[in-house]
Amino acid sequence: MNRVTLRKTLISCALLGGALLLAIVSMSLLGSERLPARDSLCALASLGTSACGLTPDQFDILFQIRLPRILLAAAVGGSLATAGAGYQALLRNPLAEPYLLGISNGAAVGTMIALVFFGAIEWVRPLLAFSGALAATFAVYRLARGRAGATPERLILAGVIVTTFLSSVIVFVTTLMDATRIRSFTFWLLGDLSGTSKALLPVAITVTILGALVLTLHARSLNLLMLGERDAFDLGVEVGRVRVVVFLVASLLVGSSVAASGSVGYVGLVVPHLARLSLGSDNRISIPAAALGGALFVIVADTVARTIIAPRELPVGAITALIGAPLFIYLLKRV
Amino acid sequence: MNPLLEARNLSVAYDHRMAVADLTLTLNAGEIMAIIGPNGAGKSTLLRALNGQIPKTSGVITLDGQPLERLNRRTISRHIAVVAQEAELRFPVTVLEFVLGGRFAWATHAGWGWETERDLEIANAVLQETELTELSARLMNELSGGERQRALMARALATEAPILLLDEPTANLDLSHQATLLTLVRKRCDEHQSAALVVTHDINLAAQFANNITLMKQGRAVHSGTPREVLRPELLQEVFEVRVLVDAHPITGGPRVTPLINHG
Repeated sequence: MNRVTLRKTLISCALLGGALLLAIVSMSLLGSERLPARDSLCALASLGTSACGLTPDQFDILFQIRLPRILLAAAVGGSLATAGAGYQALLRNPLAEPYLLGISNGAAVGTMIALVFFGAIEWVRPLLAFSGALAATFAVYRLARGRAGATPERLILAGVIVTTFLSSVIVFVTTLMDATRIRSFTFWLLGDLSGTSKALLPVAITVTILGALVLTLHARSLNLLMLGERDAFDLGVEVGRVRVVVFLVASLLVGSSVAASGSVGYVGLVVPHLARLSLGSDNRISIPAAALGGALFVIVADTVARTIIAPRELPVGAITALIGAPLFIYLLKRV
Repeated sequence: MNPLLEARNLSVAYDHRMAVADLTLTLNAGEIMAIIGPNGAGKSTLLRALNGQIPKTSGVITLDGQPLERLNRRTISRHIAVVAQEAELRFPVTVLEFVLGGRFAWATHAGWGWETERDLEIANAVLQETELTELSARLMNELSGGERQRALMARALATEAPILLLDEPTANLDLSHQATLLTLVRKRCDEHQSAALVVTHDINLAAQFANNITLMKQGRAVHSGTPREVLRPELLQEVFEVRVLVDAHPITGGPRVTPLINHG
């Protein structure tokens, strides 16, 4: 593996960015309602200022339903993959993943409390989701951390404990909801983008971009942190400060994505792993690559989820787990 | 001239006991000092306190005349490099990337930025010194224990820090590499006006390479001086609680220590 340079990073990110743009455009043409490709591309190119021959219904499907959903998928994927890369450096373990560690569950509890008690006020949801994610991150970190960082065994056990504990909290909160909402809730818990909220989309996109940027700007510190907290300290990393930054940023990323779409699993495992496999472990390249790749991954997964049994839909989390779980087993045998 | 590193009346409480008690030591340019003593004597704690990793309870640590607590982390790391036991690696990192980690404290920005040409030159030079040039593109977890230990040494040298703190640096090394490693440390100290503090259990290696030896027991410096002054049977017997034979090394003429077990 060649050493990572700025040039290599920029080229990789430009290629991934191009692929992402291509996916956003092409996946918006796919769905149970066929849209004429040429007219749709023309309308997309005009950024919605011109209908280009699409009927008003088709125009609404494209701009009111599909595009927001695809953009949310991008934000959720980018968030979760970036958070995964952050947790992996922090816990020194490639198996760290927000869903498997129970951190998504923490955010879910926060979101549910917001829904039950502050149902009408949408911005409370990401706020409480962030608090939930932060609390769960802290719990996992304290439970998993041993003398040599988090060993795989400790990490997975800590994740199981936090996940099961929070699952029972979720069940408890669910009993407070009225019966009609429970079904859509079960879907949401598995990770579901069908209920895309207009208000949360800009929040999710902003948090994703800022989060990925902040973590990328700490990439050199994270490279050393990945080798061990003591080593990093000896070499000049302000370990305490960087740790707090990763804690906050990763929890924010998980919080905003769970508030918008529930717990989409395994994205934070699959994508950073592929990024490291193809580009190396240097976080200066693997974090931005994971952010872009995560967006791409969830867009494609969600397109599969909404088209494979059309007109019915699967929760996107079912698709990502189908890909992620086997990879997890493979990684578990290697670390 | 200021000593490179100085500790005066240093005490460190650790796990509810005094791991280091009222210890004074001075490390001058060009000097290798070995710290020896039984397990649990506080040797490693001393190293970590000198590096600012464990807070001291009382006493003064000065780095080049300046109190340690007034310096920020990156400044300290430009002055002190540590070679400790290797941590387990769970991510694929090449030897070159690993060694370049030693240049972190010199970067203009703490988190972002790229290695300069000079960083690369230094990394390549230390890889050569540690005989790792051919392995530079290999992954760290493909190396043998001895090769990894050399990579740790290379990374410490890449920091260009004038003070090296070595914690059992030869523990994983075979005979020939033990000597190579300490020759490297010796060369560094002679040529760059550097100094090294070496915690070791290998008393004879210490006798061969160190200018001075500090004998520690229960957190205290029992005795400090040249190998000849410190490696005396009655002192060693008192500290290690084992009978020892000290005779002259057949080649160097320095002291040679052999523990006597069940030989009357």
